[in-house]
Amino acid sequence: MFKKFVWLEWKSFFRSASFGKSLGLKILMAFLALYFSAMFLTLGIALFPLLKELYPEADPLKVVNGFALTYFSFELLFRFLLQTLPVMDIKPLMILPIKKSKVVNFILLKSLYSFYNFLPLLLIIPFGLFCIIKEAYPTTNMAGWMVAMFATTLCINYLNFIIKKRFTENLKALIPVIILGLALALLDYLEIFQVGLYFGRLYDYVYLNPYLAFVPVIILVALYLWNLQNLSGKFYLDAGLKGKTTKTNTKEFGWTRKFGSIAPFLQQDLKLIWRNKRPKTTIYLSLILLSYGLIFYPNETYQGMPSFFVFVGIFMTGIFMINFGQFVPSWDASYYPMIMAQNIPMKQYLASKMALITFSVVVLGVLTTPYVYFGWNILLLNITCAIYNIGVNIPLLIFAGSFNKKAIDLDKSPFMNYQGTGATQWLVSLPLLIFPILIFWFINKFVNYEAAIGVLCALGIIGLILKPAILTFLAQRYRQRKYVTIQGFKQKGD
Amino acid sequence: MITATNLSKIYNGTKVLDIEHLDIPSGQNFGLVGNNGAGKTTFFSLLLDLIEPTTGNIFNNEITVSQSEDWKPFTSSFIDESFLIGYLTPEEYFYFIGDLRNRNKADIDTFLTQFDDLFNGEIIGRKKYLRDLSKGNQKKVGIVAALIGDPEVVILDEPFANLDPTTQIRLKKLLKELSKTTGTTVLISSHDLIHVTEVCERIVVLDKGIIVRDMETSEATLNELEAYFSKEIAEG
Repeated sequence: MFKKFVWLEWKSFFRSASFGKSLGLKILMAFLALYFSAMFLTLGIALFPLLKELYPEADPLKVVNGFALTYFSFELLFRFLLQTLPVMDIKPLMILPIKKSKVVNFILLKSLYSFYNFLPLLLIIPFGLFCIIKEAYPTTNMAGWMVAMFATTLCINYLNFIIKKRFTENLKALIPVIILGLALALLDYLEIFQVGLYFGRLYDYVYLNPYLAFVPVIILVALYLWNLQNLSGKFYLDAGLKGKTTKTNTKEFGWTRKFGSIAPFLQQDLKLIWRNKRPKTTIYLSLILLSYGLIFYPNETYQGMPSFFVFVGIFMTGIFMINFGQFVPSWDASYYPMIMAQNIPMKQYLASKMALITFSVVVLGVLTTPYVYFGWNILLLNITCAIYNIGVNIPLLIFAGSFNKKAIDLDKSPFMNYQGTGATQWLVSLPLLIFPILIFWFINKFVNYEAAIGVLCALGIIGLILKPAILTFLAQRYRQRKYVTIQGFKQKGD
Repeated sequence: MITATNLSKIYNGTKVLDIEHLDIPSGQNFGLVGNNGAGKTTFFSLLLDLIEPTTGNIFNNEITVSQSEDWKPFTSSFIDESFLIGYLTPEEYFYFIGDLRNRNKADIDTFLTQFDDLFNGEIIGRKKYLRDLSKGNQKKVGIVAALIGDPEVVILDEPFANLDPTTQIRLKKLLKELSKTTGTTVLISSHDLIHVTEVCERIVVLDKGIIVRDMETSEATLNELEAYFSKEIAEG
């Protein structure tokens, strides 16, 4: 039976809609995987000599154990953000004559073959071997330690699923846990209560008594069984497999009425953003990235490079523009045929999208004004960048959007989520940022700072003046691409 | 009202629709019948300019649908769930469509009262998003939304599928009255021969994209249709 499951997995992988389509994306992912593998492997090999140098007094193994808790906490955090159990896939198997326990076991075992479980091995094994071969640590003891470490990693694998089950519905319940974690980290940092050290002692102990490695293994088995029980109990359409029904949020956005003919669409887009996970996250992301300037403005290294501040300015005022705009019209993918058949002129549809993004640039522009603390030049530059974004970058993004034909699942988190991403997205981000920087750099170098700002500003204003003509052109462009887009949006799957 | 000339659609070398000439006069209750793959949805999609014709044109009130958007204000449709916006509540969806068709909230509220029976208390005021409604209820929302704003042409693909028996009967009554009282041109497709013969004045049978029958509905129509569709079985 397991062979059949593996066969199904194989098919689903190779027959997924985007397989082979987005080669660039695949290469990027492969590159990232290779990069992380190489990083971990290098660290695994170099860890011992490195620690010897940093802490000549201490036994590197003990130092490693002392850091174990921090490492595992971060691992859990990353897994929480990135890893999910693919429970929905078992829906079609429910009515077939297959034992529940088999399906559930398969899903749980499958999660072991995850890249996240493979990475720590690259750290643990080289370090362990280094200890045994080069430093003549006793083999049995090190073997026990390695087993214990890897078992702990796998424990985190299963612990993550349990935590996810508990908390994804109710993220607020996590706040006390986070506060507790931060408090412990702070106490550790201030050397009042060194929880990491005590945790590390456990592994020191395992090293001294290698047979104790069975303890984390037992915990692992226990966590596995807990997951098993959790999942088998939810093997019903009305329990674990049920799609979430979210509470309705009936915010009306009545103030959008002021915007006349585009009001209904604007209202529509605001609802789209507030009620769906993925667009909503882009808002939070934009607000967080507003602090980007703090990294660059006070930094001495960048003071001689105002062109770099253009990048920061375009980025900060345009982050929502980039994140949201590059997926126009994919946001509306699931009901695009309706948009096309309803009484909606293309021009108005696009105008409302542009108005929304413009609004975001203005808001983000206003929010960056406190950076005046770092000088009037910065404020002036940020305002210029905002104008350039509105006049030039928005039409450019919307134009690039006409090439979009990949649907977006609104309910998935955007982290590490490349759904809807095609070559266009990668290509378009470049001119958005590079053109203004080049223009600015060139004029700043050969004329002066004020002229450079003036030109960027002028470009933005020209864009604004030409907006009606640009809009007509864009609408025509979208109409031409309409059939391809509708066809593309119909294809589901990642 | 609607004219198709030399209309054809080819997918990967297969002709899925081939209509030399079809004329649907204003105010007609028009039914499209055929087995799976007969080209019903393809025809409607072409009429709504959702796919591009390989050859020929469709004119909706003398407007070439693939060249101008001017047919949109007087044409409304419900083809499938992709015509619904999943993250809206039914009320919001109706108001949104109302906005597009120049009907304010009060207009929509009055309009909706006549469908209270049809909705059976399961749609209005339930604080549920459209994506969380059952298939049948989604369909009801889609069909009712297609009637907002007194359109001159209403296109419904398989309106009876997924509906409960009571709603089917109500819908039939509603569609018959629609063309009679307001002169609306109604185009529907269906697999259910009984429903179509009850609702439509004219029935066209498609087979592999070609019009094989075009008849005015009479007492004999149902038998004729049944005879046509059981022909293949009888031969085999």
